[in-house]
Amino acid sequence: MKRRRASIKESRGEVALFRRRALAGFALILLGLCAVCVRYVYLQVLHHEEFVARSDQNRVKPRAIPPARGLIYDRNGVLLADNVPAFRLEVTPEQVGDMDDMLGKLGAVVPLSDDDIATFRKQVKQGRRFEGIPLRLKLTEDEIGRFAVNRWRFPGVDVVPYLTRRYPLGPSMAHVIGYVSRIDTDDLDRMDDDEEAGYKGTTHIGRIGIERYYEKLLHGAPGYELVEVNADGRTQAVLDTTPPTPGKNIYLSIDVRLQKAAEQAMAGRAGAAIAIDPRNGQVLAFVSVPDFDPNLFVNGISSADYKALTTAPDKPLYNRALRGVYPPGSTVKPFLALGGLTLGIRRPSDTVLSTGEFCIPGQSRCYRDDKRGGDGTVNMIRAIELSTNTYFYRLALDMGIDRLASWMGSLGFGKKTGIDLVGEVEGILPSREWKMGRSKAGWYPGETIIAGIGQGYWAVTPLQLAHATATFAGHGIPYTPHLLLDTQDGVDSPRVPQAFPPSGPSVVRKQADWNAVNEGMEAVINSGKGTGKKLGIGFPYLIAGKSGTAERFSRKTDAYDNNKNTAYLATRHRALFIAYTPADDPKIAVAVVLEAGAWGAADSGPIARKILDQWVVDEGGPRPAEPPPGPVATADADPADSADEPAAPSSAGEPPQDDGEDQ
Amino acid sequence: MFPQFTARMKRFGLRLLTKPRLDLPLLLALFVLAIVGLCNLYSAGGDNVSLVTGQAARFVLGGVLLLVISRIPPPVLRSWTPWLYLGSTALLVVVAILGEGRGAYRWLDLGVMRFQPSELLKLTMPMMVAWYLHPRQLPPGWKDIAVVGLLIAVPAGLIAEQPDLGTALLVAGAGAFALFLSGMAWWRIGLLGGAVGAVIPVAWQFLHEYQRNRVRTLLDPESDPLGKGWHIIQSKIAVGSGGTFGKGWQHGSQSRLEFLPEHTTDFAFAVFSEEFGLVGVILIMLLYAFIIGRCLWIAMNARDTYSRLLAGAIGMSFFVYVAVNGGMVAGILPVVGVPMPLLSYGGTSAVSLLTGFGVLMSIHANRKLHD
Repeated sequence: MKRRRASIKESRGEVALFRRRALAGFALILLGLCAVCVRYVYLQVLHHEEFVARSDQNRVKPRAIPPARGLIYDRNGVLLADNVPAFRLEVTPEQVGDMDDMLGKLGAVVPLSDDDIATFRKQVKQGRRFEGIPLRLKLTEDEIGRFAVNRWRFPGVDVVPYLTRRYPLGPSMAHVIGYVSRIDTDDLDRMDDDEEAGYKGTTHIGRIGIERYYEKLLHGAPGYELVEVNADGRTQAVLDTTPPTPGKNIYLSIDVRLQKAAEQAMAGRAGAAIAIDPRNGQVLAFVSVPDFDPNLFVNGISSADYKALTTAPDKPLYNRALRGVYPPGSTVKPFLALGGLTLGIRRPSDTVLSTGEFCIPGQSRCYRDDKRGGDGTVNMIRAIELSTNTYFYRLALDMGIDRLASWMGSLGFGKKTGIDLVGEVEGILPSREWKMGRSKAGWYPGETIIAGIGQGYWAVTPLQLAHATATFAGHGIPYTPHLLLDTQDGVDSPRVPQAFPPSGPSVVRKQADWNAVNEGMEAVINSGKGTGKKLGIGFPYLIAGKSGTAERFSRKTDAYDNNKNTAYLATRHRALFIAYTPADDPKIAVAVVLEAGAWGAADSGPIARKILDQWVVDEGGPRPAEPPPGPVATADADPADSADEPAAPSSAGEPPQDDGEDQ
Repeated sequence: MFPQFTARMKRFGLRLLTKPRLDLPLLLALFVLAIVGLCNLYSAGGDNVSLVTGQAARFVLGGVLLLVISRIPPPVLRSWTPWLYLGSTALLVVVAILGEGRGAYRWLDLGVMRFQPSELLKLTMPMMVAWYLHPRQLPPGWKDIAVVGLLIAVPAGLIAEQPDLGTALLVAGAGAFALFLSGMAWWRIGLLGGAVGAVIPVAWQFLHEYQRNRVRTLLDPESDPLGKGWHIIQSKIAVGSGGTFGKGWQHGSQSRLEFLPEHTTDFAFAVFSEEFGLVGVILIMLLYAFIIGRCLWIAMNARDTYSRLLAGAIGMSFFVYVAVNGGMVAGILPVVGVPMPLLSYGGTSAVSLLTGFGVLMSIHANRKLHD
């Protein structure tokens, strides 16, 4: 009804009203525009002379001074990332007549790569013609000298000093510290106006690792100087300076001696080794092998180098410690045992008969022990010592997958540890919910059984394994793994320590539970019969540990594998080892994962031992004697799933998939 | 179904090209303005060709949108209006949620391009007010004024929160002009104006610190020559040193020696004033006045209330751009980030402006056949 009236109400009166309003509005607008014009008359005619004078004298303008980036040290003050003065060639396009000709002639004086020229041309297109654009970074002294002699031939080309980043230890710390590289347009797009203002004059930004995570701490704030320029815009003199605020120096919890020892012990075998102080979560060593030289990235990596790194089959850019996922194998057994005690499902003295085969009651399916004929009657401590599968098959079955998943979750599996690095992955903690999320099939009891020995869907990062080991070693009190130890405002300022509060209450219910599992892990190494025997010989403290050997592929036959050739086995197995010491009062926890190793104890165990040896030295003790040569252990808890078991999931069966770069 | 659809689209495209029912004087004025804008940008950007081609590409995109929208009859636009308004306001809310705790946040990333939902409101706001007032008895009473006030306040408030005071001003202005054109009584305008004046001291409390600083700097720019006042001082020097006839194209030393910050975007008009002087400024102002006048003329001849109010409001809000940016460059208004239409570099603003003119063309094409 109302609408109808509306269409009729189109009265002359309303049209006339609108016309009056439109005319009045236009009159007001003309008035407004006139007012603006009057202001321009005021500036451009009445005060013209004054502003011309100011424009002519306008030789002073502010120029940003980039802050010096904070330095990075290890816990003992060993320099890990440094700023070194360098020189670059800068070209002001406006002052260059024939660019191609100039580049050709300049190339004869200072070598220019195709990459340099391509990057430079791209920036010339994007930049302003009167701004200097970097052509070559990091000139050698020889090049500077040769250019200086020929400088008169190249108007518009200058040698400009700047600070560049250097990583003195090169590849050793690459996966921890990461690197900085040139700021690009994507970086600037991500920033808001205030952030962008903070990067005026800065050429580099943290790309990965600590450099990226603590970018805000390391960067600092730019300062300004008032410079006098001539009519061509060239700097004549500096009149006044507001100094920049340098970035904070940071000290990492890493101990370079331990880091290097771990790196050497790995001897180039692909995998990861991590050491954590269980009393506070400080990461003492963080090694991912293979690694790469971060210095390559700082001043623009050449496409040949980059291609070599990204196409290398062993993926050196891939941070295995943080992003690699592996089946944990038997290393989960002590954690499962502690779960059995905590949940009240087992007492330490409860025994299980291991006959070499465990069958689900009422089903024909069976799961093997690694030793033909089994280990006989074992209690919890013996089961950990000998890595008796049957004991843990039964325990997992009694616990059920729901309780198992929730207990293992409380030790940090299946979620990010929260370390101060970018790009951590969650891995897979097998659970009903997780499986529902990826397939319609329900949960099978057989899957619970193999979860009990760390096989099946399980996928953990070396960092998660180290974190869980440290949590146990620290009597169940979890600490988030942390790399930043102290910050410092300047070289002469005091170091400001970070706080390391526990991230939650202890997961251990009673000291007796902990003692029982600890006893089993001590026995692994020290009883003379455990899977890791000999690893403790000559060491001044008691070591507790656990080996793990996980299968990369599921077995095709039910038969025991008779091929004992270690090279052959290494292609099929991942070797893991966790350890901590001193067993009665743990001060360091270690996890070692080898992507290809025949046996956990035999391949990864000695690496863990070498890390602990170095730790003893760092603590001020004498270097422990080498354990006697010879096999550490004959067989490990060889995972045993029978042939009709559902195929191991892709996550456990394939080498880690990643696009190589850790972004 | 599908062949029919393509045939229809073909016919539509054909009509677009063969019978563009456009207002030629307005189109010509916009074309001249765009050319001046590109030339100015070439000089302001330091002879940077890619900047100019980028802006030209946006003009082309805006031109295509103008053509397409000019073919949509106003009644269709009117029936879409509430949905367009609600949709664009909803996008503002999305941005507000996404931007939680991220500082100045205005963009929505669509993968291929990013755009500011607040730009949409520049058009949907006057559309909504016109849609609301269209069936009502005019001039509006207090109740309708209150409803319109609410329609304006919600999106404008969201935009001001982003914080983007300049766009908030443009959006609120566009809505207010529609109300003004609907014949809101002068005494009511006076009363409301007085009330707003009384609220300003309260509003001051809600401004962000950086916005307050901008106002403070405006009152005394020389007090902070390194920071906030730098823009204004340098802009005034650029304008003043241009004189009556200017320094000539590509000879503006202020911008070319980089004394003038943001000389391709917000302060593009300072470059223009420096290089073309007062004569150039007055010519451009006349061109702007002509465009606004032509818009109002189209509005007066429009077929119904909705078209009249919408066309008039779009034309008048053009004035806000010119006056705020012109005043800012000359140092009499705060630096709030309003571009000079078609002169400043910036994609979304050029595209949304030309889209608005597409609506005007459509209203022109469907004008009243004379009394």
